[in-house]
Amino acid sequence: MSSKPISGPHTAVSRRVDQIMWLVIKAMAPAIACGIFLFGWPALYLLATTVAAALLFEAFSLKVKGVAALPFLRDGSAIVTGLLVAMTLPPWAPWWIGVVGAAIAIVLGKHVYGGLGQNLFNPAMLARVALLISFPIEMTTWANVSPLFTGPGVIESLGITFGSLPNADAVTGATTLGYVKTEFSQGRLLPGSLLEYSGFLAFIGWERGSLGETSSLLLLAGGIWLMWQGVIKWHIPVSLLLSIVLLSSLFHLLDSQHYLGPWVHLNSGAVMLVAFYIATDYVTSPNTPLGQIIFGAGCGMLIYVIRTWGGYPEGTGFAILLMNAVTPLIDHYIRPRIYGRYRNGKPLDISNS
Amino acid sequence: MYVLSAIVVLTALGLLLGLALGIAGKYLKVEADPLIEKVEALMPGSQCGQCGFPGCRPAAEAVVSGAAPVTLCPPGGTSLVEQLAKLLGVEVDLSQTQDQEPMVARVSEETCTGCTRCFKVCPTDAIVGAPKQIHAVVADACIGCKKCVEVCPTECLQMYPIEVTLRNWRWPKPLAA
Amino acid sequence: MFALFENPRLRGGIHAEEHKTETSSLPIATDFPLPKKLYIPVQQHVGKPAEPLVMVGDKVLKGQLLAYSQGTISAPVHAPTSGTIVDVKDFPAPHPSALPIRTVVLESDGLEQWAELNVVEDPFQLDPEEICLRVGAAGVVGLGGAVFPSAVKLSLGRKNKIHTLLINAGECEPYLTCDDRLMQERAAEIVAGIRLMLRGMDAPKALVGIEDNKPEAFAAMREATRNLPNIVVSQVPTRYPMGWDRQMLRYLTGQEIPADGRATDIGVVVHNVATAYAVYKAVCLGQPLISRVVTVSGAALAKPQNVEVPIGTLMSEVLAYCGLDKAKMARLVMGGPMMGDALPIAEVPVVKACNGILALSHADIEEPEVQPCIRCSSCVTACPVGLLPLEMASRIKVNQLDAAVDLGLKDCISCGSCSYVCPSNIPLVHYFKFASGELVKRQQAEHKAEQTKRLIEDRNHRMERIRLEAEAEAQRAAEARAARLAAQQQAQQAKAEGTEKTAPGVAAEETA
Repeated sequence: MSSKPISGPHTAVSRRVDQIMWLVIKAMAPAIACGIFLFGWPALYLLATTVAAALLFEAFSLKVKGVAALPFLRDGSAIVTGLLVAMTLPPWAPWWIGVVGAAIAIVLGKHVYGGLGQNLFNPAMLARVALLISFPIEMTTWANVSPLFTGPGVIESLGITFGSLPNADAVTGATTLGYVKTEFSQGRLLPGSLLEYSGFLAFIGWERGSLGETSSLLLLAGGIWLMWQGVIKWHIPVSLLLSIVLLSSLFHLLDSQHYLGPWVHLNSGAVMLVAFYIATDYVTSPNTPLGQIIFGAGCGMLIYVIRTWGGYPEGTGFAILLMNAVTPLIDHYIRPRIYGRYRNGKPLDISNS
Repeated sequence: MYVLSAIVVLTALGLLLGLALGIAGKYLKVEADPLIEKVEALMPGSQCGQCGFPGCRPAAEAVVSGAAPVTLCPPGGTSLVEQLAKLLGVEVDLSQTQDQEPMVARVSEETCTGCTRCFKVCPTDAIVGAPKQIHAVVADACIGCKKCVEVCPTECLQMYPIEVTLRNWRWPKPLAA
Repeated sequence: MFALFENPRLRGGIHAEEHKTETSSLPIATDFPLPKKLYIPVQQHVGKPAEPLVMVGDKVLKGQLLAYSQGTISAPVHAPTSGTIVDVKDFPAPHPSALPIRTVVLESDGLEQWAELNVVEDPFQLDPEEICLRVGAAGVVGLGGAVFPSAVKLSLGRKNKIHTLLINAGECEPYLTCDDRLMQERAAEIVAGIRLMLRGMDAPKALVGIEDNKPEAFAAMREATRNLPNIVVSQVPTRYPMGWDRQMLRYLTGQEIPADGRATDIGVVVHNVATAYAVYKAVCLGQPLISRVVTVSGAALAKPQNVEVPIGTLMSEVLAYCGLDKAKMARLVMGGPMMGDALPIAEVPVVKACNGILALSHADIEEPEVQPCIRCSSCVTACPVGLLPLEMASRIKVNQLDAAVDLGLKDCISCGSCSYVCPSNIPLVHYFKFASGELVKRQQAEHKAEQTKRLIEDRNHRMERIRLEAEAEAQRAAEARAARLAAQQQAQQAKAEGTEKTAPGVAAEETA
């Protein structure tokens, strides 16, 4: 026994950082697997490249910082970031998109701020937005659904990911949100432009989109499992999804020709991924339940506003970054009420009771 | 010609401005920097000289003028540093400042001759005794200025760290991550 | 909207692995062999230490007063058995530092001879003041761990018009089952103690809160209070820190104590259930507090159980009785694992505050490396007070104590829930204990600085006075000298004149 006084609690550890990260990875796994199944070998190659690059950049940054890299690599946070970056990329994007994305996320998004727990912005969203602005063509070329074993083969796919073969136009198209935006710009209105849209297929993920974003069903299931495991709390996902549903329902009811309905919004783009895996990022979201509800509602509102009236068809990345920037402010003003005190910190007054 | 006029004009300007400054300096003089008083009030006031200045007032002046850092006062400890930094609006990395272990003087009874020199120099009257009798230090009043140690002819006064008891024991800071 | 987040009946808290079944089904062992020597510290309570009134060599009887209480907030200590006082010395205290404390050492004679006990026929007819006096004289202190002198609390309750006595039987700390067993086996005595407390405070009703993981204790207490409508026994959810009196009070009554006040401000007094038992013994049997039930548990013990131990027994002896495997013990803890203190040595006495002795193995206290905070806010969710532990710790880490105080450091109850849930294993509660101690230190330092300034001013005044006096003295001396000189001159002049005028006699007189 040591002579240095040890403070309690004298108990076994409840749950460690690495365990949390592995739970998150497990929760995302079905959606990732679905993405690989839907978009074939290129998706797998891109995913592997991005995660490997994330790990390498993490090790590099830690080495530059002069800390032992191994304990941090083992905690799985770099893998989670790498996976999240890959999930937001077009599945047939060239390999270097993944590498640049991982570099932006890990080096600029995380280590420039001081490493794990210090970053202001969600690294994966930072990478997504930076890539979208820098490489608009690569980031908006969406492969058709071409399930594993029916699409390009193992070798052929190497060419798609690593060989920068120009994709045949025949196998690509627009996402639902992008398509609708284009139709609007050409004066065509809603019910007509969504004739081929199937709400059910969108829900299970059978549509064009980012690698790990298409299957609302699996993302939702993973998210609910994470809540059940106690890794994330309900406040952010519920308030985020609810604010999108409320806003889209309201405008859809007012003018169904110009505004998409809630079901399309919920099952398009990155909403499900963001609601459960990105907005809930511990580091960049507020600490208190009320703050988290404000944060989630803010994200949902911004997503809707950018999608509906903004220049980009999808607004999740921008919405998250904007709300990330507001998080310190929310944390400063929204604090839990302390026992025996009013919200302003004054002790309870019992003289009149 | 031009050169001459330039010299004249500039010289006149210089003289004029110098005069104005001189007058301003004389008539618009601020009596004393009120900040210095505030800083001095925060300091221990024992004039111990451990900072290298002859007393707390000169030390306060030096801190306000920026000639000395806010961390200059060892007896004041981290608490003083924090207060000074707040008052003067300077950023200071408090994780680097460390409270020096407080020390108090103690008289060794074997060698004390009762010469009374020590309690003549003690700024807080912390040493009690009478001529030709063994002196003793009241630890609660001792500020650890070491003035008595310097004048003691028999080296019977020494500095010791304050004894840790159950009453003054505190949790140490956890090792940083 | 705000109300939803502000006023839950139960806020924060954690559910740790309970480890209670090891000891909760075994009866309290009452056959603990009387130790040869007992070490009784004179301070086992909050307040001033007791003053010993026995001398080395004195023979004492069981229950005899060893040290009397000094001042209003203090408590006496009594001889746990009969025997001889062999020493009054400094002895390691059961404290994380194991620093010495003044301790009476009693060598037992093995006879267990009781001193004459002051028993009354019907204790329930005693005056309230008399009950308080007897409780105080028996050295009863809060046995939940706070060790505040119980008589003081009772008198305070009487003065403040109390409407409810809350009996805290939460026992929310893992491992501990001493209150559980006490309620299962001695419910009638506890209820008698509660009735005496009610009488002592002139309070109309009592609430007993028992966590719902102790159904047998709940049933026993229900049974014992069946005919007493003014004592309500209720179950509370098992959620640490339910035993925090303010948490239990809020859960049972919905009332919250102001941060700057105490329970009596809202008409409530809280006592621990074991204290009620000690009150029963003190008033009904006349026995002072000289023994207590201790939970001895942990993976390093062969026979974990609850033991009734005389105060002053060395922990090492209690551990040996319960089959300690020294090789397996990684840490010795007094109290529960959440708020208890790790002790560096086992050769320290059992005191009134000691409700548990835990010999924990390596597996029980696994300590992985501290990792950076990932701001998961688990600690915010777990904090029963409503603080932001992660923010407070980050300030304290860089010594910004004032910022931590602004965030509510002084409201922290050191329950350890935040440290328990922290996935990065940051010693949050240790930071808060450090900071609280540091604040006290600073306060004392400020006090000393003021004192020093006063001393210096006094000295300067004195020096000034001495200087002025010396000056005045010098001036007087100078004047006197001048006067003398003047006189001399005058005399000389007179002499000179005298020699001229032939009058030497007068001049001689003048010069003399």
